[in-house]
Amino acid sequence: MEFPEELKYTEEHEWVMVEADVVTVGITDFAQDQLGDVVFVELPAVGTMVEAGKPFGVVESVKAVSDVYAPVSGEVVEINEELPDAPETINTSPYDDGWMIKIKLSAPAELEGLMDADAYQEFIEEEG
Amino acid sequence: MLKKTPLNEVHRKLGARMVEFGGWDMPVQYKGVIEEHLAVRGAAGLFDVSHMGEIEVKGPGALAYIQELTINDAATLVNGQIQYSAICYPHGGVVDDVTLYRFDHDHYLFCVNASNTDKDFAWMEEVLEEGNFPDVALRNRSDDFAQLALQGPAAPAILARLTDTDLTKIAYYHFYEGLVAEVPTIISRTGYTGEDGFELYFTPQAAEHVWNALLEAGAPDGLAPIGLGARDTLRLEMKYALYGHELSPEITPLEAGLGWITKLEKPGFIGRDALLRQKQAGVPRRLVGFRMTEAGVPRAEYPVFAGEREVGCVTSGTMSPSLRIGLGLALVETAQAAIGTPLQIGIRSRRVGAEVVKTPFVKK
Repeated sequence: MEFPEELKYTEEHEWVMVEADVVTVGITDFAQDQLGDVVFVELPAVGTMVEAGKPFGVVESVKAVSDVYAPVSGEVVEINEELPDAPETINTSPYDDGWMIKIKLSAPAELEGLMDADAYQEFIEEEG
Repeated sequence: MLKKTPLNEVHRKLGARMVEFGGWDMPVQYKGVIEEHLAVRGAAGLFDVSHMGEIEVKGPGALAYIQELTINDAATLVNGQIQYSAICYPHGGVVDDVTLYRFDHDHYLFCVNASNTDKDFAWMEEVLEEGNFPDVALRNRSDDFAQLALQGPAAPAILARLTDTDLTKIAYYHFYEGLVAEVPTIISRTGYTGEDGFELYFTPQAAEHVWNALLEAGAPDGLAPIGLGARDTLRLEMKYALYGHELSPEITPLEAGLGWITKLEKPGFIGRDALLRQKQAGVPRRLVGFRMTEAGVPRAEYPVFAGEREVGCVTSGTMSPSLRIGLGLALVETAQAAIGTPLQIGIRSRRVGAEVVKTPFVKK
């Protein structure tokens, strides 16, 4: 299971890649593994304002429906438009092709509350 | 404390993801639901179904007792034959759906749903005590059997490598007592996947031996262990009812599409009067199969709409691994049950298009 060092992580199993004031968000390798086969993805429209800790989308596996939570607050400036047609990409490439949305930060200080790769791995070991 | 089948450790060693199901600690998947589902449709799969219950009925009055207890006509059975049936309450709701094995005129075995075993046995005892059946003995023999289901087009060829029994002479819904991997086994040509295959009953002490022997014998054909996740998607593609979803004390067999096992011409069975009344008055709602006409995954308990009106409820739903579309079963008002009726499924805040279609969803 992979946990790239350059990413930040949430307790809801999202990852965040920071590039200046825009972050890319997806779900972690651990999350996709727990979900199993992803068969449906629901993303917000570009322009939607999201709030840290609130659901912004839905990922469905064969067996379960899971909300995906915004790690930070801001405006959705881009979505992965290929994902709804190929939801299994979340299983095969959770950190790259399976990215979900890009958020323009409205409160950059929120990033400080996120975990680094080591802290996240410890977190899931304790949780599991 | 969750109950464990004799193969619990084996599942864990195979890396299965374990879940609670009906009070049992069971494998939901090994490699992935879709892959396992397609393995059963394309080759063969092996399921641990040892959690299912077995209840034995013995004695000269066995048939008379079973006729009162169940809704199908057990008098049509011959030795070595199996019948799909159900047990109803007097008001017509379902206690459980069952398979009934006839060994002899005075010896039958029920296979019942795992989570219902204790409830079923208590109900059966009650019926026995309140009726006039002095010469019938009931035994809950669930602890005496491990059960495996070998399902898929390659199942007969795989099983043939481990038994001298001529499998070609075991017809669908019949069974034979023979040896599998040297273990005395009830070999039953049944299953709940829509594929050809067998359900095997034998002593729990032999479970690991038979499991391993089957996986080894089936390796050239791609035989894979299959979890409950794929068992659910497989049965759903065939519109097979699952207790707690399509069947319950609140749903009659006529509503659930089990009119074909409800033998209203048979006198005196428990629930008959209520079911007859329901049939004469018109069954108010029906179980239908539907497929999504827009993107979305239907799930149990989602509301079903026709126009602006709520007309029913999804009982089971999934993204079909075989067809790659959302499909499901729903109990809807009878007026909305015709093939082709447009429906909408309430998925979270949206109403998503669907239509009633013919079942089974997957033609076998």
